[in-house]
Amino acid sequence: MNREQHTGFIPFIKRELKPKGKIVTPFNIIAAITIFAAIIILVIRFTNGLGSVVHASQERPWGFWINFNVITGVAFAGGAFVVTFMVYIMGMEKYRPIVRATILYALLAYMFYAGALLLDLGRPWKVINPIIGNSFGLSSVLFLVAWHFILYMGSLFIEFSPTITEWATLKRPRKFVASLTLAVVIFGIALSTLHQSGLGALFLMAKPKIHPLWYSEFIPILFFISSIFAGLSLVIILETIGRRVFKKEMSATHKNSHSNIMIGLARICSITMFVYLFMVILVFLHNKGLNYINSPWGYWYLVEVIGFVLIPCLIFLFGFKRLNLNLVRIAAGISIIGIILNRLNISTFTYQWYENTIHFPTWMEIVVSAAVIFVQILVFRWIVRRMPVYNEPPGWAIDVKKEQIIYN
Amino acid sequence: MGLKRRNFLKTLGAVGSTLTVGKSFGATSKKEEDIEFYGILYDSTLCMGCQSCEFACAEHYGLPNPEDMPEQGVVRKPNESRRLTINAFNTSKGEQYMRMACNHCNSPACASACLTKAMIKTDEGPVIWREEKCMGCRSCIISCPFDMPKFEYDSPNPKIQKCRMCFELLKEGKKPVCIENCPADALLFGKRRDLLEIARARIYADPENYNHEIYGEHDVGGTGVLYLASVPFEELGFRKDLGKVSYPELNKTFLYSVPAVLILWPAFLLGLRNSRVKENETKPIKE
Repeated sequence: MNREQHTGFIPFIKRELKPKGKIVTPFNIIAAITIFAAIIILVIRFTNGLGSVVHASQERPWGFWINFNVITGVAFAGGAFVVTFMVYIMGMEKYRPIVRATILYALLAYMFYAGALLLDLGRPWKVINPIIGNSFGLSSVLFLVAWHFILYMGSLFIEFSPTITEWATLKRPRKFVASLTLAVVIFGIALSTLHQSGLGALFLMAKPKIHPLWYSEFIPILFFISSIFAGLSLVIILETIGRRVFKKEMSATHKNSHSNIMIGLARICSITMFVYLFMVILVFLHNKGLNYINSPWGYWYLVEVIGFVLIPCLIFLFGFKRLNLNLVRIAAGISIIGIILNRLNISTFTYQWYENTIHFPTWMEIVVSAAVIFVQILVFRWIVRRMPVYNEPPGWAIDVKKEQIIYN
Repeated sequence: MGLKRRNFLKTLGAVGSTLTVGKSFGATSKKEEDIEFYGILYDSTLCMGCQSCEFACAEHYGLPNPEDMPEQGVVRKPNESRRLTINAFNTSKGEQYMRMACNHCNSPACASACLTKAMIKTDEGPVIWREEKCMGCRSCIISCPFDMPKFEYDSPNPKIQKCRMCFELLKEGKKPVCIENCPADALLFGKRRDLLEIARARIYADPENYNHEIYGEHDVGGTGVLYLASVPFEELGFRKDLGKVSYPELNKTFLYSVPAVLILWPAFLLGLRNSRVKENETKPIKE
């Protein structure tokens, strides 16, 4: 497509805003219904209070929106900091084709999951308080996480903006934002390290409430390490789906590099999961976990650690040894379920485990959570269909020599 | 001799104690150490379970009057419409009552979890919630080892409900309403240090009647509300696995590592990247 020909900025935006592709598809219909239902639920939530919509409980103050969309969802956005680390810091050029899609996914994840946080806040109109500086709770882990979310969203936006400027043919701004890339990548990795572990640190003071098999002072480190393979597993699934759904938008080089990238990611995942398992075992022994293992909670713990960490770790291993992409995809799927289990075990299932009641979200909570994910997918699709995310950047933006000086 | 033996010992003791305090609370300034918190002493052996404190609290804060009575086998927890409850327990010494409300910890988990400083430990001692700051994230509830802050789930403008030791009355020089209205003198109000002495004196004067422990003296780093009872506190619905360390200590290692990571990590990454780029640059020259 020759973007140089458009006459003005506003007609360009108008043209681009029009939907591309079929409007009536099964996916679109399900998404539309879910989002519409979610809007109605949210109106009820803001007029009648949280209790009218969520499974309210004084014992379990954080519901599905925080525990699933924020605590769990953000772990899957970890792919961005890992992939930017590999490409920009370590110079693993092999992975460059997936950088843009990964950053875009993470940017949207942070935007919409932070949005989900707003839905769960009891008094969201006060959300500005910890930002404008009239009341800095400096000793609070949540304060740190909130600030890091905001700063990281900014970093991700800058990391993604070369793509936006290429889409809008803004040559000089592109030069400027591209020159910031390395700085924001480094800043972003530091922020991610801290807020991925910070999400775990939110539960440090809930020591008497979380089952001793899941609670340890090392939760922050475990959250950080697991966010690495959580993010990469999601990248694997995202690439698998993207290759089918966005055939038209994907460049030939991207398509050709697909299997190579998958195998490489599988290798990194299996190594990281191995490190994670090692840490988990250390923590288990350190906390005298054997005392608790012979109980229903103990068996559930074994299901999580063996079934959803050890087994996918081994499948990843076989996948890259035998160069079998399907094994890699299966392993990625299992480890994604494993991360969801781990985060929900800490934040929901074993939270106040001694009460012996299982806390289920209401259907309304699930509909809103699903709607948040649908909106994220729709925006992702809108951007991918217009901007060079999977595709090659336009000719004017490719300057091989310069790219290497800037990025490499 | 200018320095009498007694004074010498006193000075020695003072120096010794400041040395140990200085070690464990390196960050607190001298001024903070001078602050003396007010507290409440609840003596379960004197409590008749009449609920006068509950009624007084409900009336003072415009909350609904309690409709249920203390009953053995039922734990009436405080919730968004009551800040204070009295419960009955069947113990080894017959029916005993126990108060349940915010314990006003010396170093409260809720305040350290709060990202807007809506929950604060005042210099006077009460831990209070401030409506204009709170954004309703409920991490105070997650962190509180006693589960005391309560959230109004059914309100579009929800508040956190919890005992505030009648902070406004305290500032006017008055006592909290529950204490003013206790007909059995089971509740005492005063400086925490004095209350501890009174509690010890009571145990000492009547060692048969009391369980020799003051709950809250050291638990979770010390609480503003102190408890005396005739039976071990486990029998009165207390958890004994909460530990003696203050809860914000659990976050300390993580929070201390934050500046280190923010400074060292980018420097390391930049170094890593630059060393690699230089390697690439020098290659063609060598060839």
